[in-house]
Amino acid sequence: MKTLFDKIWDAHVVQNVEDGPTQLYIDRLYAHEVTSPQAFDTLRDKGIRAFRPERIVAMPDHNTPSDQQERIDDPVGRKQVETLQKNCEEFGIRHFAMGTKDNGIIHVVGPEKGLSLPGMTIVCGDSHTSTHGAVGAIAMGIGTSEVAQVLASQCILQQKPKTMRINIEGTLPKGTTAKDVALYIMARMTTSGATGYAVEYAGSTIRSMSMEGRLTLSNLSIEMGSRAGIIAPDETTFAYLKGREYAPKGEAWDKAVEEWKKLYSDEGAVFDKEVTYRAEDIAPRITYGTNPGAGIAVDECIPELKDIPETEQAQFLSMLDYMQFKPGEKLEGHPVDYVFLGACTNGRIEDFRAFASVVKGKKKADSVVAWLVPGSWLVRQQIIDEGIDKILEEAGFELRLPSCSSCLAMNPDKVPAGKLSISTSNRNFVGRQGPGARTVLASPLTVAASAITGKITDPRKL
Amino acid sequence: MAKQKFNIIESTCIPVEIDNCNTDLIIPARYLASTTRDPKFFGDAFMHDLRYDSEGNPVKDFVMNQPQYSEAPREGVHEIIIGGQNWGSGSSREHAAWAISGYGVRVVISSSFADIHRNNLLNCFVLPVVVSREFQQELFATVKADPSAKVRVDVPNQTVTNLSTGHSETFPINSYKKYCLENAFDDIDFLLSNTDKIEAFEKH
Repeated sequence: MKTLFDKIWDAHVVQNVEDGPTQLYIDRLYAHEVTSPQAFDTLRDKGIRAFRPERIVAMPDHNTPSDQQERIDDPVGRKQVETLQKNCEEFGIRHFAMGTKDNGIIHVVGPEKGLSLPGMTIVCGDSHTSTHGAVGAIAMGIGTSEVAQVLASQCILQQKPKTMRINIEGTLPKGTTAKDVALYIMARMTTSGATGYAVEYAGSTIRSMSMEGRLTLSNLSIEMGSRAGIIAPDETTFAYLKGREYAPKGEAWDKAVEEWKKLYSDEGAVFDKEVTYRAEDIAPRITYGTNPGAGIAVDECIPELKDIPETEQAQFLSMLDYMQFKPGEKLEGHPVDYVFLGACTNGRIEDFRAFASVVKGKKKADSVVAWLVPGSWLVRQQIIDEGIDKILEEAGFELRLPSCSSCLAMNPDKVPAGKLSISTSNRNFVGRQGPGARTVLASPLTVAASAITGKITDPRKL
Repeated sequence: MAKQKFNIIESTCIPVEIDNCNTDLIIPARYLASTTRDPKFFGDAFMHDLRYDSEGNPVKDFVMNQPQYSEAPREGVHEIIIGGQNWGSGSSREHAAWAISGYGVRVVISSSFADIHRNNLLNCFVLPVVVSREFQQELFATVKADPSAKVRVDVPNQTVTNLSTGHSETFPINSYKKYCLENAFDDIDFLLSNTDKIEAFEKH
């Protein structure tokens, strides 16, 4: 009786260090420009090569501009992107360069190219590596020292986390998406509710969720504190992966699927913690504070001070002070300055379809600046192939180039100080979208509705 | 980053009483584009947007700028940060651990740490010490009432003691990591010493 997590973990144990961590073999290391340069320096210090370069895939995404990709104007960012390319050449690592059709946000590109597969162990120096867990893999964010460890040995030393199963049962109400499910879970269990655990998402809502939705949900596991958010692979997973560039082909595919079908938590497997939520309780969500757990349904009011536990009141007030909101305030109808569709959270084709379904035949509010940024060149091409770009254009929107863009203010797409942004990204931290910027997290549907009205808008009412 | 062996640290503390202090606060993203390993660069960026306003002037009432806590860490002085719960949540950026280490801090005490950041601290030879919520609150009270109060972190015995009250707690750390901290031994050295096991694993 094993959990899915245990099955994959156990298959990758090189050794268990006595009263210490597990030495875990890593099938796939992803590297981006921000968290890898010092790791490559470590290898040079030690005079060693990459141990298994064929298992590593690198691409820049954080510093990439979304308006043009001929150049990076910021010399520091430019150097970081160039350093990644040089390091990949020196160490013999596959590199998807900026502006090429292979490039995009690492957590969008990995699954869509079939580089992330069921049963794998996957790591990257990026907390949103949890995304890849949606294909049925153990995928975890790591630090730069650990990136160096994997470069040097294809292994990391990790304490085995506890396991938690989050069951979502039932049919999601109209206008409610995987993003809303994640924001709901965080509000219920707080942003540290799953710290120390590897989460498995299960239940009928997950089984009927699209692959893109699952990737969104797994992506946000880290915002609940969990490094890994895994979903058992099924026909949806196999259909998504089949024919992808690096997925197995022909006989190898059939054999792989047979193996992948064994990847589920056994009946009776025991989790350290198990929680169940009902899909019908979930509505379109927004955040009002400066952590993703500080959220409400879009038509609810911010809690009153008396409803907040005494020990958390100071932080509650300080969050609202930064956000320029008041206890008890209703945010629906509150003007917004910026809208952002994209990021490793919601930069996939389904997110653009959802956004387009709302704005079709309508016009963007003149008062808002909108950044619509596909998660990869493949996504961008699909948007064009499906004619979604035309719908967006007619509604007054411009489709930009693949990048992490406005998710974290490491490229030109920064929200100015004091401005309010409604965003499909993953974090509403102080200064996350730019120093002094204020961020409300929401789904592509809610962001689209808000882009049309220029105000925080319930997508069910537009 | 510098590796310093751990034994017993007795030091005054900086109380950073912020719950859910995420790694974006510990070091804002714009400092992440650097390819340097210079500890000073990251130490200067530590808590930057809380320490300085948008013009670069120190924010007077932020704890690290208050005269009683502003002295740069050195032996016995400000080597310990007492942080709020869920310390280091959010981004996996090890730059946050480099910022703490670069500033000169050797120990962070909190009632809970985010998983990735805790590993990053250990890999950067900064010791994360987990204490009970009650003891954390006691330490905040002590250090705020008397900035010269010292806390003792005894790695061999895995104890943390409030020297003003004599109250003490033990903290968990596995014996492998303890060995690493006491001997300035790296995970990467360990992994490189057993590539035979890795190759054997790959064969089966």
